[in-house]
Amino acid sequence: MRVKGKVKKSGSNLLINVAKPEELPPSLIFHSVSLPKALGEGDSLTIDVLAVFTHALRPFPEEITQADIQLVLFQDTAHYLSPYAVKVQSLTVKLPKARIETYTKLENTNIHGSDIKYGPYENLPPFSYAPIAVHFETNQPFAVAQELVREIEISHWGNVQVTEHYNVVHQGAKSKGEFSRLDFQARPHLRGASALRNLVAKLPPRAHSIYYRDEIGNISTSNVWGDPKKTELVIEPRYPLFGGWRTTFTIGYGLPLQDFLFGLEGKRFLNFSFGSPINDLITDNLIVKVVLPEGSNDISISTPFPVKQGQETKISHLDVAGRPVVVLEKTNVVPEHNQYFQVYYRFNKLSMLREPFMLISGFFILFVSCILYMHVDMSISKSSPSYLAKLQWDEVRATIQQVVSIINQCLSKHERLEASLHDLSRTGDVQACKTARKTADSLFKEYSKELKPLLSFLQSSPQATQILPKVEELVAKEKELQERLIAKHSTIVDCYEKKIGGRELENRVASHQQKVVALKQEVDDLLDYIEEI
Amino acid sequence: MAVTKTEPINGSTTKSSAPPSTSMPLKSDLLSILSLKSLRLKTKQQELLIRVSILCLVYVLAFITRLFSVLRYESMIHEFDPYFNYRTTLFLTQKGFYEFWNWFDSESWYPLGRIIGGTLYPGLMVTAAMMYWGLRFLRFAVHIREVCVLTAPFFASNTTLVAYFFGKEIWDTGAGLVAAVLIAICPGYISRSVAGSYDNEGVAIFALLLTFYLFVKAVNTGSLAWGLASAFGYFYMVSAWGGYVFIINLIPLYVLALLITGRYSMRLYVAYNCMYVLGMLLAMQIRFVGFQHVQSGEHMAAMGVFFLMQVFYFLDWVKHLLNDKKLFEAFLRITVTCAVGVGAIALGVGTASGYISPWSGRFYSLLDPTYAKDHIPIIASVSEHQPTAWSSFMFDFHILLFLFPAGLYFCFKRLSDATIFIVMYGLTSMYFAGVMVRLILVATPAVCLISAIAVSATIKNLTMLLRTKSKVSQTGSTKGTGGGKTSSKAMLDQSQPFQRNGAIALLFGAFYLLSRYAIHCTWVTSEAYSSPSIVLAARGAHGNRVIFDDYREAYYWLRQNTPPDAKVMSWWDYGYQITAMGNRTVIVDNNTWNNTHIATVGRAMSSYEDEAYEIMRSLDVDYVLVVFGGVTGYSSDDINKFLWMVRIGGGVFPVIKEPDYLVNGEYRVDKVCSPPRV
Repeated sequence: MRVKGKVKKSGSNLLINVAKPEELPPSLIFHSVSLPKALGEGDSLTIDVLAVFTHALRPFPEEITQADIQLVLFQDTAHYLSPYAVKVQSLTVKLPKARIETYTKLENTNIHGSDIKYGPYENLPPFSYAPIAVHFETNQPFAVAQELVREIEISHWGNVQVTEHYNVVHQGAKSKGEFSRLDFQARPHLRGASALRNLVAKLPPRAHSIYYRDEIGNISTSNVWGDPKKTELVIEPRYPLFGGWRTTFTIGYGLPLQDFLFGLEGKRFLNFSFGSPINDLITDNLIVKVVLPEGSNDISISTPFPVKQGQETKISHLDVAGRPVVVLEKTNVVPEHNQYFQVYYRFNKLSMLREPFMLISGFFILFVSCILYMHVDMSISKSSPSYLAKLQWDEVRATIQQVVSIINQCLSKHERLEASLHDLSRTGDVQACKTARKTADSLFKEYSKELKPLLSFLQSSPQATQILPKVEELVAKEKELQERLIAKHSTIVDCYEKKIGGRELENRVASHQQKVVALKQEVDDLLDYIEEI
Repeated sequence: MAVTKTEPINGSTTKSSAPPSTSMPLKSDLLSILSLKSLRLKTKQQELLIRVSILCLVYVLAFITRLFSVLRYESMIHEFDPYFNYRTTLFLTQKGFYEFWNWFDSESWYPLGRIIGGTLYPGLMVTAAMMYWGLRFLRFAVHIREVCVLTAPFFASNTTLVAYFFGKEIWDTGAGLVAAVLIAICPGYISRSVAGSYDNEGVAIFALLLTFYLFVKAVNTGSLAWGLASAFGYFYMVSAWGGYVFIINLIPLYVLALLITGRYSMRLYVAYNCMYVLGMLLAMQIRFVGFQHVQSGEHMAAMGVFFLMQVFYFLDWVKHLLNDKKLFEAFLRITVTCAVGVGAIALGVGTASGYISPWSGRFYSLLDPTYAKDHIPIIASVSEHQPTAWSSFMFDFHILLFLFPAGLYFCFKRLSDATIFIVMYGLTSMYFAGVMVRLILVATPAVCLISAIAVSATIKNLTMLLRTKSKVSQTGSTKGTGGGKTSSKAMLDQSQPFQRNGAIALLFGAFYLLSRYAIHCTWVTSEAYSSPSIVLAARGAHGNRVIFDDYREAYYWLRQNTPPDAKVMSWWDYGYQITAMGNRTVIVDNNTWNNTHIATVGRAMSSYEDEAYEIMRSLDVDYVLVVFGGVTGYSSDDINKFLWMVRIGGGVFPVIKEPDYLVNGEYRVDKVCSPPRV
């Protein structure tokens, strides 16, 4: 039997230590308590000792069927086991249910409902011992987490992620025979009364992103209620746990950072509860891991009770060196251990930006390499005919592009001319029209000069033989269009100078106009065709 | 969802009409023409931009439409086979490649065991493991399960890209875009590639289409590089799925068709030889295929065509040397007879001596749909091996079923090497889809591509009509102000007055059909194909969601509360799941390689308790898992499958006679100490 002691006094807790006095029997474990001040002669002091014993109840019979109730045996001494002489003492055994199979009857034994009272006994010598055994019914499941790993991960982006891996066993009377789910669902209180149906976890308020799963996936039987004081999570295992059955599962939840992380003299500290949030669960072996952000240093821990400490590193998303992890281990943890512990560390806020920066630079490099790939000539042989042909074709294309752009400029000049005619009809300013004509003429000359070398290049290039006739046609048509337009322009200007108006002007222009429109259409079509290539 | 879905379709259908119509000058205002002119310079770039953005949208769409199952349920592996794949992938990532390659699995087929490395197609697992290692290398701490769950959607997205390039190769960019959109949401493909459906097919369809695309590209260009690429595509396909047999038979068939129609060319010679020789050598590296590739009957067609190509080449050469036509014809006759004779003798000798193995049962059952029913009950017992009903064609293809013949028409109208290929692919795969339900999957890409040709060609013609219309009317209007002269186009315009309206109506009709298709696909995906089949969900009386998670409950109980070396007997459907989720040894599983063993289990299941107990003792069974769905009304339980157990058991052990069970129809289910299921 394992023993765990803990001392509490209203107002102040006293220091307790495991002591090993030499002259006393070695089969017992002693705890020594240091008093706040020496107790003088005649003084008195009241001490409350709270001791929690795990694994103290033994199921008897050890194996039951689904229909049986669970009976357990409790053994202890009716006299308080103490190295000191005891003046008056009494013992009350409080049982969960009134149904008691048997109990040891000593002198002065009373029973009230579900309470059995031994004593009071007076003037007992040190180490007086009166064994008692109580055999009673309890259908409370004996949920024991054989191992529990709690991982508390701090993210300075505002989240504390808690992940808890449970390995739970029902340590009540072992189930024997077969399990009938039909009976279990039809008469749950008679068939499988001692089964572990659900566990209730009291999570801190504002817990979010709660999940409950195991190795093979999400477990759908869970419920969450939240209020400002707490978040209550009710989880059912995949199957009801009968005596001796085991299961494993994981629960996880996120918590707001500001509720648990505080600053103190340039250091930060996490203030978090130690034990499992699940009610009525004892933990044989608890491991608490606090994962600090990458780059934390100067780590120290303060716990309200002694624990085994260690350190490791964990590599998570976008980590290079790994995150420092504080590991705390403790055996035999009961709900009374749910006290706050603190982890102090130093962390530079700037290193938060490292990970986004890594992502940004990663994408940047990706795009840059794409750009490079598009622009780098990757061909192996620089003299192969296909490569040369490709080069020539590129050149031809570039030339055609130039030709097309020049033609387009010409076309825009044509529009300028048309616009000047439009202005003329509105304002009658012949001079402005003439200057527009003059600039257009000089520009057209320039363009034709520019076109010449390009065309001669195309004529010389073997790659351009297919496209060449179209380009030449385009240039010729454009030239024709240009001439027509100029002819039209000069006619109109002439007419304005000679003050010929109305019908006469229209008659003169009509033929030009028709040609211009038709040519424009043709040039447009040719441009379309050439641009398709 | 439907809104986001119709968007890309919308984009693609209007795509061919949108840029030109914006670039057409609508007003004769000079300034506006000026600005449009400057825009017009970039028409090409605009088109590129629109195309790329549509492709990106389709890429994303193909991925997210497959995430219904994750949203509805969770990120989990579905069905039966994927659990095996997941388990092997897990093994691969934990133990490394060589351990995986030499893995002898004693947890299945007890007491025989199974050589996993030599009896699976490792492509899927290696792909997932590569992605996992790649992400790990980039410092993304993902779980292997997430990688496995999202492998199929990821490859579905890639398939849309391949479909685009394929469509571009056989028709034009418009058809490519439409094909990408169609295949992204086609239910026939989604059924096998939702998130969590971590099965060979998810990767294999990508590999299949890629191989075909690269081969067609090689035939079109005659480039050795493309041929090489298609050989590697083929290698990937062989490593991923047993369906590679389809490729290695379709391509020779296609080549043969080209030879017969007189389309033999140097391009074809280069493409086929490169693809076949290299592809064969690469395929033989996969242990599961090995020497089968040169020995089994299924692969002989490819080899025959390979030799035929050499004969053709030789004849070409001789023709080049001999100028005398008569002499050549005589020579041709002799050579052809000799070649055919030698081929036939080689095949006969090979078959007789046992060097060439005969066709396997599955292959037979494809060619003759009634074969499996009569001879191999284990193939016939799988629901996805049943012949396809019309309704499921309609369900999986919807409008594509009608567009498919239209697309064939367009293909025949513009016959080329590439369109011949897609026509042959479409027709053969449609036949196979009719034979087996699961092969709808293979037909889906072909159907999508051919339908895309139909859609694209129709819409292109219609919009062309509209475009010339608007152009003519526009020039006509400018002429009306100028002189009022009519061109020849305008004459044509007046001859068919309702053409324009008709075109608009037809466009709307096409748009309506496509949007119906999108809606149908979304509905099918969300309702029919996104259930993991391990977890069942139903609506309760008050409209709340009820989840039945009984399978995992049982598997997890086995995992936690039985001794690690316990042997579990169940019908073979559950074998993979028990090994993966329950982590226990099973007697038979979904890799139905040993019919006798399965028959033994079938016999045990269908015998009386005392006999069954003896059989189970001899198999060293500790637990029996049976599924009973009577309480929740779950229909595919073991009682439903019982007749197949009887049939398969009776196929090997004549003690079991099917009529015995049919007459009284009542039987008991044995139980050693399994947790009875509700």
